[in-house]
Amino acid sequence: MSELHQSSEAHEQSHHVIAVKTYVMIYWVLMALLLATVLASDMPLGGAHLLVAMTIALIKAILIVLFFMHVYYSAPLTWVTAVGSFLWVGLLLGFLLSDYFTRGWLHILGK
Amino acid sequence: MSASAPARHDGPPADYLSESTVKSWLLTVDHKRIGILYLISVTTFFFVGGVIAGLMRLELMTPRGDVLGSADTYNRMFTMHGVIMIFFFLVPAIPAVLGNFLLPIMIGARDLAFPKINLMSWYVYMIGGLMGVYILLHGGIDTGWTFYTPFSSMYSNTQVVTAALAVFITGFSSILTGLNFVVTVHTMRAPGMTWFRMPLFVWSHYATALIMVLGTPVLAISVVLVGLERFFGVGVFDPKLGGDPILFQHLFWFYSHPAVYIMVLPGFAVVSEIIPCFARRPIFGYRFVAFASVAIAIFGFLVWGHHMFVSGQSMYAGAVFSILSFLVAIPSAIKVFNWTATLYKGSIKFDTPMLYALGFMGLFTIGGLTGLMLASLAIDVHVHDTYFIVAHFHYIMVGGTVMAYLGGIHFWWPKMTGRMYSDLWGKLSALLVFVGFNLTFFPQFLLGYLGMPRRYFEYRPEFQVLNVMSTAGATVLAVGMVVPVIYLLLSLRGPKNAGPNPWNATGLEWQIESPPTTHNFHEPVLVTCEPYLYSPEEAEREYAHAQHDHVA
Ligand SMILES: [Cu+2]
Repeated sequence: MSELHQSSEAHEQSHHVIAVKTYVMIYWVLMALLLATVLASDMPLGGAHLLVAMTIALIKAILIVLFFMHVYYSAPLTWVTAVGSFLWVGLLLGFLLSDYFTRGWLHILGK
Repeated sequence: MSASAPARHDGPPADYLSESTVKSWLLTVDHKRIGILYLISVTTFFFVGGVIAGLMRLELMTPRGDVLGSADTYNRMFTMHGVIMIFFFLVPAIPAVLGNFLLPIMIGARDLAFPKINLMSWYVYMIGGLMGVYILLHGGIDTGWTFYTPFSSMYSNTQVVTAALAVFITGFSSILTGLNFVVTVHTMRAPGMTWFRMPLFVWSHYATALIMVLGTPVLAISVVLVGLERFFGVGVFDPKLGGDPILFQHLFWFYSHPAVYIMVLPGFAVVSEIIPCFARRPIFGYRFVAFASVAIAIFGFLVWGHHMFVSGQSMYAGAVFSILSFLVAIPSAIKVFNWTATLYKGSIKFDTPMLYALGFMGLFTIGGLTGLMLASLAIDVHVHDTYFIVAHFHYIMVGGTVMAYLGGIHFWWPKMTGRMYSDLWGKLSALLVFVGFNLTFFPQFLLGYLGMPRRYFEYRPEFQVLNVMSTAGATVLAVGMVVPVIYLLLSLRGPKNAGPNPWNATGLEWQIESPPTTHNFHEPVLVTCEPYLYSPEEAEREYAHAQHDHVA
């Protein structure tokens, strides 16, 4: 126990130690969101199914990044890195979809 | 080992080259030695890729296929040329050689942030490279360096999976280098080395490193998907199973357009150092040039669809990508204009590195402007998949990156080895490279405009004159590439005569010995001034003084 305490102090500047209670809480929130995904799949949402499932997944991912990956307690530069990385995936997906969604708008074969 | 030990206590510390055992090289974590390891490796691959290019030019001397025997062989040739030149030469060339060697010294650090990861990146690169050699010896690959599906995933019966794996692995060496540079620039700068006191070489490499870290994983994903598709038929790129072959092009170009900037931003880095030194003037618009690098790194990610105007991408996406491609020309133009403004009223000296830098400016500009032609939808439809494209990107890759690489090698050779080379031979070969390059690739613009498609080993007889010109130019270019190897290697036999600062340049790397000692600096570095404090008036006075002495 004392060894754990020492190492946590030594790393205090770079690693904030998150209480076990927080981990457990986030875990149950994730489980609740999992349940929400399952239940949503049985609801009559029509075309919104994908949107709902993806929104829930996004919330789960954010929770994991913030707490399990410690970003919430990290230096601003870590935030920039984390947000930047997701922004870049967003760029990839955004421009990809801009192609897929606009295919066939012009009534020219192959455009 | 024991011989060098006393030297550390008595005389000045030994330079980084003094240990010469094989083990001391293969296990080194010194950024300078790793730079030299990369120098040898990438130069070797450059010549392998160059020989393949020579064979292709030989084939294209005549309209009929006669040298290589079959169209199939020719397909493998241009693919291997592309794969080797892009992944094993152009991407690592300047960052891994000059960047590794100079970046820590330029910011006053003893080494990169992760020296062992730096060595690992070389080993990872070598594993990828050896796989490349294996592929070359076992039939090669015929998909083009772009690995387009569905040909690569369903039809090609060459070494596609091995090549995908080689590219995947080599990509990691690039990621490791990028990671190292980003962390080093953030954490290892000497006291007083603020962001706006960093040489533009460092800014450009920082921007390059960002692209390496953000883009390369996507390349890795796309080639892995090609492998999975071949082995298991997962269907990501197969319309029969709900996939889309064009998805591959999106993923591939998400990396490979920014990769153009991975290749050319380090070229900007080198030129931004050479121009002020040989014009004896501070760089014009320092902050603009610095931010232009970062802007290129970011906006370079928003234009990839310009490779897909005619391949089934929607017209609306095409229009957006076209406009964004025009915008990315702005930061590149800022750089070229600022270098030109730096030359204005400078006291210009035409030493070998300067010849390469000036060549870079002209050739890169031609490459960039023809890029704008290709970024406009209507022209692209006309010249897509013709030699116009081939000429365009060789003006960027050879006219830009290779010229900058040679310029950088000539500029920092005295620093890296402690020795000067023959100035006459240097200038002569720079001239050969410039003339040979233009003779090789300018005719290809004309060929493409006239409609000669790329990637064929036979062509219509009316194209022969221009093709013979191109092949003749390639011969001159080849001589221009071999001559420097000879005189640079010969210079190693001479005494260490360069002195710490042969060009009278500013920058921390010129304030230490040539070659530098293992730890670069003898005492802690404190930076108190901006970079590029050159004075044209002083140069003018020195020049007048020298003239006076001659007359008297
Ligand atoms: Cu591009």
